[in-house]
Amino acid sequence: MSFDVDVTVRRGGRDLHVAFAAGGGVTILFGPSGAGKTSTLDMIAGLLRPAAGHVRVAERTLFDHAAGIDLPPERRRAGYVFQDARLFPHRRVRANLLYGARSDARLAEVAATLDIAPLLGRWPRSLSGGEARRVAIGRALLADPDFLLLDEPLSSLDADRREEATRAIERVRDAAGLPILLVTHDAAEADRLGDRVVRVG
Amino acid sequence: MEDVAGIVRLSLLVGLVATAAALPVAFALAWVLARWRFPGKVLLDGLVHLPLVVPPVVTGWLLLIAFAPEGPLGSIGDRVLFRWTGAAIAAAVMALPLMVRAMRLSIEGVDRRLEQAARTLGASRWRAYATVTLPLALPGVLAGAMLGFARSLGEFGATITFVSNVPGETQTLPLAIYAALQRPGGEALVWRLAAVSVALSLAALVASEALARRAGRGVHVL
Repeated sequence: MSFDVDVTVRRGGRDLHVAFAAGGGVTILFGPSGAGKTSTLDMIAGLLRPAAGHVRVAERTLFDHAAGIDLPPERRRAGYVFQDARLFPHRRVRANLLYGARSDARLAEVAATLDIAPLLGRWPRSLSGGEARRVAIGRALLADPDFLLLDEPLSSLDADRREEATRAIERVRDAAGLPILLVTHDAAEADRLGDRVVRVG
Repeated sequence: MEDVAGIVRLSLLVGLVATAAALPVAFALAWVLARWRFPGKVLLDGLVHLPLVVPPVVTGWLLLIAFAPEGPLGSIGDRVLFRWTGAAIAAAVMALPLMVRAMRLSIEGVDRRLEQAARTLGASRWRAYATVTLPLALPGVLAGAMLGFARSLGEFGATITFVSNVPGETQTLPLAIYAALQRPGGEALVWRLAAVSVALSLAALVASEALARRAGRGVHVL
């Protein structure tokens, strides 16, 4: 199993429970806004502590409430692409991309895959939404993750940018061979990118 | 005493030493107030702000009590009382609340989600602070320091109460102006010292404002 997740967290006075097991490829977390999809990604990445349950990814236990295991985010090897990109505003694109990388050996290859090579010298504030997303994907990939978490990677992009980003994700899926967990509330996006769909909420 | 250059030099020395001494304390307090949640936080916040609202003469008197021979810090009183070092301590205490306020705002202004992003990319908590939080808060921290420096240059009440008005030792610009005002025929000196005061304070404020602007530009992206 690539993802073996069973977590409970208390949110706004009620318990949110998400449980699923999924193999390789792209797994879609599908559900309406506010159903707890992003919270689930946060729990897998170690940014939100579940009240109970476990998180295992690629046979590695990242969190297990019963066994008292709770790896800090920096040891989970999650390639988390946030919905709002979260590029570091004080670093140029190149320095953003290399933030989590051990060396710049794969920079050119990843930049080419994501079509961001011309952006390397730019500041994040000068990027369009689609460009920022692709840089965020590249930054996550260059940190050499064991798996990818993509939070609504296509939302708020216009049709052209959406197509660009979709192709970038497909290339990453095919080239990197990493298990990917992708959050969306868009059925067409789920159909096109997903190998399987997990419903939340 | 008409040595304007000497007075300015002493004021700058006192201001710089006061700011340098207060900077790490102010940053630590600002961090704690911006990031930590603990019982008694309101009390600490109030304590930090006290020098801003208490009459400066009271602050100076409390310092005097503390450093008096029988006070808790009496053992180092010799090196502080009626010395420029004491003037620097008084200026630091009075500048601290302003510095903490400015730094706290800039630390609170850093988007913590950027720290989270750094953590998922493999950065330890400390590396995330050092490479993300600190650089983004830095212009605000420097602006706070500059504001503290400006405040130090203007310190009067606590200083004169704590270390008196000793020419060449504790007589900074405001104290020298006060002394000149007391003296018949001192108006010419007052004019010159006041002009220097205004120019120095204005320069420090402009520098502080410029730094704060830079802080504002860096943080609000995406």
